[in-house]
Amino acid sequence: MSARSGPQLSSSRRGTAAAFGLLPFAAYVLLFLLLPTLIAVGTGFLDETGAFTLDTVAALANPVVLHAFASSFGLSALTAVVGAVVGAVACYGLLGAREHGPLRAVVDSLSGVLAQFGGVMLAFAFVATIGIQGLVTVILRDTFGIDIFADGVWLYELPGLVLPYIYFQVPLMIITFLPALQSLNPHWAEANATLGGNRTTYWFRIAFPVLAPAFLGSLLLLFANAFSSYATAAALTSQGSQIVPLQIRSALTSETLLGRENLAGALALGMILVMAVVMSGYSQLQARAARWQR
Amino acid sequence: MFTTRTLAALAAATALALSLAACSGAADAGTGTPAVDAATATSLSAFGDLAALEDAARAEGTLNVIALPRDWANYGAVLDAFSEKYPEITITEASPDASSAEEILAADNLAGQDTAPDVFDLGLAVALSSTDRFAPYQVATWAEIPDALKEASGLYTGDYGGYMAVGYDPDAVPAPKQLSDLLGDEYTGKVAINGDPTQAGAAFAAVGLATVQNEGTVGDFQAGIDFFGELNQAGNFVKIDPTPATIASGETPVVFDWDYLNVGYGSSLAGERNWEVVVFPGTGYAGYYNQAVNKDAPHPAAARLWQEFLYSDEGQNLWLAGGARPVRADAMEAAGTIDADLLAALPAAPAETVVPTEAESAAGAALVGEKWAAAVQ
Repeated sequence: MSARSGPQLSSSRRGTAAAFGLLPFAAYVLLFLLLPTLIAVGTGFLDETGAFTLDTVAALANPVVLHAFASSFGLSALTAVVGAVVGAVACYGLLGAREHGPLRAVVDSLSGVLAQFGGVMLAFAFVATIGIQGLVTVILRDTFGIDIFADGVWLYELPGLVLPYIYFQVPLMIITFLPALQSLNPHWAEANATLGGNRTTYWFRIAFPVLAPAFLGSLLLLFANAFSSYATAAALTSQGSQIVPLQIRSALTSETLLGRENLAGALALGMILVMAVVMSGYSQLQARAARWQR
Repeated sequence: MFTTRTLAALAAATALALSLAACSGAADAGTGTPAVDAATATSLSAFGDLAALEDAARAEGTLNVIALPRDWANYGAVLDAFSEKYPEITITEASPDASSAEEILAADNLAGQDTAPDVFDLGLAVALSSTDRFAPYQVATWAEIPDALKEASGLYTGDYGGYMAVGYDPDAVPAPKQLSDLLGDEYTGKVAINGDPTQAGAAFAAVGLATVQNEGTVGDFQAGIDFFGELNQAGNFVKIDPTPATIASGETPVVFDWDYLNVGYGSSLAGERNWEVVVFPGTGYAGYYNQAVNKDAPHPAAARLWQEFLYSDEGQNLWLAGGARPVRADAMEAAGTIDADLLAALPAAPAETVVPTEAESAAGAALVGEKWAAAVQ
């Protein structure tokens, strides 16, 4: 309207204007995250005729379902810990490389791509390399006499998911943890030396405590990432629906066990509860980590 | 996943509102012929004759089919033959790899839209539980369909079927003579079944076959579950979904599947990989798929013309060419209208055949749901 534009708005009016900026995103989240979640969870409390019932949620106590939750939790925890440790060590190694050098640039962009390289592509990459007729399997068998499937084909079962999951967990760890490691202030090391500390005291008294919240936060993010993964497992394993996302698929699309669509909602509720606990832990740890990263 | 479902629901709701308006307009668009309400026609007589049905279907101009893989029971050739015979009718093929349950889900989600499926091809369990979605229709050759394979009013009708069979690569494994052979060391890491029996009809039938071959009855699937438990213990069970790709690569050299699908794998991989199919002697486990017309079919006349085509001699012989046993096979054999060469080429039928009843499949499904995951891990 006049020359008096944005910068001169009062702070409260600027807040209102900023809120308008959030609108598209808020609407997006509402429509495509919150609403579907509510609908999915809502169906968990309905029976086939649409009446309210707690029976569907009670079916979560079924041994098959409990076992799937335990498997999902175990698989996610294992791959998160391995991914976090391997990823953190890789980050430490990268610190030695020049910040804008070619190595860092390559690893950065590669991690960005590979962290999203889950699903059918990843499953078939593993079938092609360590499947029964896979390149590596055949070389190990014919050249070195090692049969990795001597006791049965574990690749297409729950243990077979560990390697593919770690494959996308490590790059995700590098993306999320490297900034934290970079924020270690070199002056702290100098202060430590000035005060008579050595390398051990630097790592155990300064670096680890500072990095711990960021590390644990990344660990929880990795856990959530594995817990909600679906497509890799769906393409790799076809028997027993061993993890919760596969149980949800089974409840929705089965042509032999009918009328269990609402169980999918109850399973989703169970997953959301687990994720809510994990993500609230994550945000608290992030808040602590942020204090050191200003 | 939730996002997709809700998107579909939202889209369906919006489109429902739009198409309700569109439908009311289309209904009046008669072409001068005496008005027949195709949606309520239960046989050809409602139209007068086949030519009248053909005209009505041509006027609609489209047929929506769903979950018909082109490499399944020769459906590719069936669809092409229909298109060639009725070039005025465009066939829209949706979700070829969807399950029977997803066909019904699609009909519910798309109800009222002109993209909703007109016809279904369903496993028996889903057909039995979804009869309120079907319009009864009896094809002209209705009398030649065995009573056991059709619903009396024509809500659903058996169309083609086969025996649960084992396909194998003779270059990778010795020919299995009986089910228990598969537990041997020659089959370590080699045996797969088409899907998870708690989800897929064909895999459920594999457990059924293992049951009746191990002196169990179709009333109690425990014997079959135990067999696959043993197969797993022996390290012979491969838990990846077999596809023509895994068969071609040699990843799944032994596959439990319907005989017509196994025969199909063999012909599609001819020259690439040898593929033999065996139906074990003793008791065989058979299953038929079923045709049904969507009661809210957006193209009711085309849906009925599709039925007439499938149950004509031509349609039945096309399924036979895909290795499936068409439902009118006996009558056509008696009349001499069946393709005798194709019939002779089918794997030999076992001495005894069982098809589970509705109650038996429901009990079997419940037991498999409870025991399968633990038995095979």
